[in-house]
Amino acid sequence: MEFIMIIVIGILFAAATYLILSRSLLKIIVGTGLLSHGAHLLILTMGGLGGSAPPVLTDGVTDFADPLPQALILTAIVISFGVTAFILVLAYRAYAVHQTDNMNLMRGNDEHD
Amino acid sequence: MINLLLFPIILPFFFAIILLFFKENIRVQRSLTFIGLLASLVAALFLVAKVKADGIQAITLGGWSAPFGISMVSDMFSALLVTTTIVLTLLVVIYSFTAIGKERERFFYYPAILFMVTGVNGAFTTGDIFNMFVFFEVLLIASYVLIVLGGEKKQLRESIKYVLVNVISSALFVITVAYLYSVIGTLNMADISVKIAQIGQPGIITVIAILMLLVFGVKGSIFPLYFWLPGSYAAPPIPVLALFGALLTKVGVYAIMRTYTLFFIHDVGFTHEILSVVALLTIIAGCVGALAYFDLKQIIIYNIVIAVGVILFGAAQMNDAGLTGAIFYLIHDMLIKGALFLLIGIIIYITGTSNLRKMGGLMKTHAPLGWIYLIAAFGLAGIPPLSGFVGKLLIVEGAFESGNIWGSIIILASSLVVLLSVIRIFIYAFWGEPVDLPKTERRPYRNRMLPAVILVILSVLYGVGSEWLVPYMTDASNVLLQPSIYIDAVLKE
Repeated sequence: MEFIMIIVIGILFAAATYLILSRSLLKIIVGTGLLSHGAHLLILTMGGLGGSAPPVLTDGVTDFADPLPQALILTAIVISFGVTAFILVLAYRAYAVHQTDNMNLMRGNDEHD
Repeated sequence: MINLLLFPIILPFFFAIILLFFKENIRVQRSLTFIGLLASLVAALFLVAKVKADGIQAITLGGWSAPFGISMVSDMFSALLVTTTIVLTLLVVIYSFTAIGKERERFFYYPAILFMVTGVNGAFTTGDIFNMFVFFEVLLIASYVLIVLGGEKKQLRESIKYVLVNVISSALFVITVAYLYSVIGTLNMADISVKIAQIGQPGIITVIAILMLLVFGVKGSIFPLYFWLPGSYAAPPIPVLALFGALLTKVGVYAIMRTYTLFFIHDVGFTHEILSVVALLTIIAGCVGALAYFDLKQIIIYNIVIAVGVILFGAAQMNDAGLTGAIFYLIHDMLIKGALFLLIGIIIYITGTSNLRKMGGLMKTHAPLGWIYLIAAFGLAGIPPLSGFVGKLLIVEGAFESGNIWGSIIILASSLVVLLSVIRIFIYAFWGEPVDLPKTERRPYRNRMLPAVILVILSVLYGVGSEWLVPYMTDASNVLLQPSIYIDAVLKE
């Protein structure tokens, strides 16, 4: 199971890298979304998969799943939701003002304004 | 068990939430922000006194005992940084009353600042590595709001880059935490330190150390990772720039210092060697930038990069003098960078431009501003007895103790470059023939001088009174030098 997870994570990271390196702002944002999904899956895998019982305190159960990575992912997912929503709105505003979503055209500094 | 250390985090948060309900009423916004920060300052000063008297304060949230629950830990290092953060924010807020403009004040400017202070103080205080990630996100999201607030063309363009860089570095932070958890199996920083000591830092931990350096290096703007900083920081208005320059990079620096003195101390020959080389490269890169520009903002922004290098080089020495110097210099830099940004904000307000070539002769019309700026500039360059001197002296001393002669020479040479870069501002802006100035109202300029002058005075007192501060600094560096003090305080509650 870990093996499949790691391959999935690798594919997510590769796709994310490809998208982030592209020129279109929207593709970059999708790329950051994939990147954070990969990171979340990585936490889950690194925490150790398996455990037959749910992580609830019950007498006599020893083989339970580790609750901590799940708590971490929950937090990280919420944060990435918020940030993705923000950056989508930001991209829309930037598109409206700059009339482009091509990152190549958004280069430069003060002196080029 | 004492809740005092939570107050500097919760009070700004609480006041920020109240402020969200009074969007249109600027007077309420201003006064509540002021009161909230003042209350946090009182709490922070009590905290420093308490830590000085009783040692490290720790609290475990929800009553879960130390390695399992989230701990908040306040040692002298973090207590001093929390206090400096609040002092600085308070003065920048007073400056903002006249400088930021009503439009921005109406669009949640003050709540965003208070949320950012929450995040910064939380990151300084937390004793849990994942919790540190959460507080980083709190301060980053607030900073996203601050950097884009106003929605000018330039701001939108630069904030996209800023947000993207930080989102990617946050993902890398999560990945690093995942690796650390899989190897160590705990997230409590004190417990991580114990467990790493037990297994004696194998190669994988060193890999994690370098990953952490990458993650925090992006936020703290160390050598190859500072590329985003000059562009992004030049976009927002001056008060926001002052806050960012003084606080945000320092959180990254704090995180590097904390992890590199608490976790990765068993293979210093590799990790700390890399840290000191990177720090020296940071100084050189910052010097090049500071000399290359004829723009007020860019010169001071590149000075942030230089300071980060100096602090991290001191921290990388891992001896008493180096670490004490790094702490001294860290707090000095927060104060003086705040002061300098506020002062160049006034210069830009008076002259209407940030281009040095279009200025001149301000000394004839605005003499007090010139003298205050000169004091701040000398303080930044570390001319004794001003505040930069003590820290830099200790850092150089620490470098000599551990045999880094070349490092010390680069640091001393960088002081000259820093002096040159800020004096160049003085020469171009204050000397020479006066140029035609746009009409500015006299009163806002006076009002803006007050917080800037207070900050300069504070930094001078910090330098002159350094003898009096030494016991606090020694307490702070002792914790960094002997992780066992920190570990005992957290785990034996």
